[in-house]
Amino acid sequence: MGEVNAIELKGVTKRFGEVVANDNINMTLRKGEILSILGENGSGKTTLMNMLSGIYFPDEGQIFVNGEQVTIRSPKDAFSLGIGMIHQHFKLINILTAAENIILGLEGAPILKMDEVRKQVNDLTERYGFDLNPDQKIYDMSVSEKQTVEIMKVLYRGAEILILDEPTAVLTPQETEKLFAVLRNMRAAGKSIIIITHKLNEVLEISDRVAVLRKGTYVDTVETKDATVDSLTEMMVGEKVTLDIERTEPVSPKKRIEVRGVTVKNTEGVTVLKDASFTANSNEILGIAGIAGSGQKELLESIAGLQVMEHGEVLYFSPEGVTEKLSEKKPEEIRSLGVTLSFVPEDRLGMGLVGSMDLTDNMMLRSYKEGKSVFADRKQPRDLAEEIVEKLEVVTPGVDTPVSRLSGGNVQKILVGREIASQPNVLMVAYPVRGLDINSSYTIYNLLNEQKNKGVAVICVGEDLDVLLELCDKIMVLSAGEVVGIEDARTTTKEKLGLMMTGGHKGGKKHE
Amino acid sequence: MNNKEPFVRMSKRDGISFGKAWEIRLGAVILSLIVCALVIVLITGQNPIDVYKGIVDGAVGTNRRAWVTIRETVVLLLVAIGLTPAFKMKFWNIGAEGQILMGGVAAAAFMIYFSESMPNWLLLIVTFVASAIAGLLWGLLPAIFKAYFNTNETLFTLMLNYVAMQIVTFCIVFWENPTGSNTVGIINSATQKGWFPSIFGNAYVLNVILVALVTIGVYIYMKYTKQGYEISVVGESQNTARYAGIDVKRVIIRTMMISGAICGFAGALIVNGSSHTISTSIAGGRGFTAIIVAWMSKFNPVAMVIVSLFLVFMQQGSIQIASQFGLNENASDIITGILLFFLIGCEFFVNYKLEFRKNKKED
Repeated sequence: MGEVNAIELKGVTKRFGEVVANDNINMTLRKGEILSILGENGSGKTTLMNMLSGIYFPDEGQIFVNGEQVTIRSPKDAFSLGIGMIHQHFKLINILTAAENIILGLEGAPILKMDEVRKQVNDLTERYGFDLNPDQKIYDMSVSEKQTVEIMKVLYRGAEILILDEPTAVLTPQETEKLFAVLRNMRAAGKSIIIITHKLNEVLEISDRVAVLRKGTYVDTVETKDATVDSLTEMMVGEKVTLDIERTEPVSPKKRIEVRGVTVKNTEGVTVLKDASFTANSNEILGIAGIAGSGQKELLESIAGLQVMEHGEVLYFSPEGVTEKLSEKKPEEIRSLGVTLSFVPEDRLGMGLVGSMDLTDNMMLRSYKEGKSVFADRKQPRDLAEEIVEKLEVVTPGVDTPVSRLSGGNVQKILVGREIASQPNVLMVAYPVRGLDINSSYTIYNLLNEQKNKGVAVICVGEDLDVLLELCDKIMVLSAGEVVGIEDARTTTKEKLGLMMTGGHKGGKKHE
Repeated sequence: MNNKEPFVRMSKRDGISFGKAWEIRLGAVILSLIVCALVIVLITGQNPIDVYKGIVDGAVGTNRRAWVTIRETVVLLLVAIGLTPAFKMKFWNIGAEGQILMGGVAAAAFMIYFSESMPNWLLLIVTFVASAIAGLLWGLLPAIFKAYFNTNETLFTLMLNYVAMQIVTFCIVFWENPTGSNTVGIINSATQKGWFPSIFGNAYVLNVILVALVTIGVYIYMKYTKQGYEISVVGESQNTARYAGIDVKRVIIRTMMISGAICGFAGALIVNGSSHTISTSIAGGRGFTAIIVAWMSKFNPVAMVIVSLFLVFMQQGSIQIASQFGLNENASDIITGILLFFLIGCEFFVNYKLEFRKNKKED
């Protein structure tokens, strides 16, 4: 191709202290293509893109945009070069309309002509096939609509190069399809697009080429048509990995947890969980699917006794045949009943662990009250910490290191390891592999399966439907705080679950 | 080449050797002394070396001065130790001033009303208990409101300082001696009832022993007990605490009772152990200075001793230079201020480093 590249990176390096986040990266983005950047967490994808969008400044190396060497010192510089980044976390003002958010921060003429803005926005949405009402307020929007506003913000500013950081992480399968259609339209209009993701199926579906990063270094760029899931995984991990989850048939499942009509209101008085009822059985993994914020967190916390319920009850059926009413009991009392209920919350360092404390002190979190002494016993937790480090291959300088210094995967191993160590009868995990590399993820899946085979009732909230379909025995779908249904994971399809997740409401997430 | 790399950037260090960190801090002290010297010359025209000598002389020049410095250091240290559990819990107790005053009032009351009815040792013990309870109650009030109504403890504890001051003023009206002076005067000056006894011939040894005991006690409590562990967890994240089954309300209330009790006991240490009188100024800003002590030391008890000593040293030195050079006592505050600015400021360089634009000649 004789044409100049939209972006060319030469020897770009970025260090954070002694950590090399990007080491001598050389890669190109062609004009009018969709390039996927693939890599495990911590491989430096986001750092690299942040250098293009002016958030970080490279330590070494050169960046060329349209063939000219440039210096990008701030997001403003990036915009003037026509580079726009759509971040994973939206930066929108809730009480303003879509159009108002789009023009926010632009200088424009002294007199604001909202009609013209609206017209321009409508032109853009029409050209690329978006579905957006410029007068809708942000707080009325679903996640995918908010994302549309973010993309429009960038397009409105005349970006020719778009960078999307994990855009599909929050979308249902149907919404993802819609987004991809829009991206293809943009490509047809000559825009160059970089999409960061770690979902291989999507990479194969949308991109023209794939650039792979591994541990901060650039591996290679390949044409998508020559790539397969296996070849890409091998490039990402650096070795062949088997991506199989061994799902066994449940052996004589028994009712362990029954949730009856649980309703929860959040601090603003909005109902976030409405009349949820279901049962979780021993020897089974019950998956919970739903768009983020559909009440998953509240549901698990209700069972763990951490939520104030409006009404409803949670019953526990012990293996010995005793029935206990868990609702209206404090977590302490639940434990003193001998109910070993383990919980791996979504917010690992904000709830499951204390970031500034070392491994030993974190092991104590659930057990420090044992014994009558006023002094805390640190010997057993220390032994447990060492055992978990060894068994789950946690990478840490030692058990005296604060957990916040460890990488996400190691943090999760410590949390899951601790929760499993108490030999639970019920194990609840929320997004257990979020932020984990492929090998760690499969370690966690195996641990969950191991627990299931031991007779534990496992409840797993997940976001990747492909994984839930492979891992779980049953999948319950939540939509806007309501239980839509429970499907057999062996027979249902991703598309069906996706439809259930939006629950018939337009745009999906909508509280009453 | 149009390389417009920014001239200077900061980046976070990920670990610094122990020696290097102290090198930076030492550099900060030297720099601050130079800046202070410039300020002294510019404003007063005095020889800065003489002024520094005056400060040292005022703080430790004689045996008596040295013991006063020690006495003041341990009081400040005790208040900082008292604040530690609350601050570890991220409960912003800026009401130590009031808790000291309440402890002081209780101590004075016992010295005045019960000096006839008890032997001295019993009176001292009862006084300690009473002052601790007074401080405890003063700490309990904001804790209850924080735990049950989530009120802002910063404002609450601050306002209670003024309430405590009014209570002291009110008590002075009753205890006035001589009448009409509007001060309490030295309590039991003839009998020395309720005063700390001399140990090894020195009046302030008991102060040191008591503070040392409390310091060690709090250190062990925070580091090795279950309750100390609970405090750290609540301080780091209330969500985690609830998840772990910790009764957050109870921990807040219990910890503030301890914190208030120690600060109240500091009131007794001041009244029984040094001033032997009560006034609204006995706390003397220690409740606030101790916050600096606690945070600068990052709650390390050894560092707290050093920081308290440093601050008191400067304070005592200022009294000397005020008379010797005819300077205002605030002159030393300026010096202390400059020193603190550099010491706190240098922590930035301990955590971050600056990277200057490199000369791009190598390529």
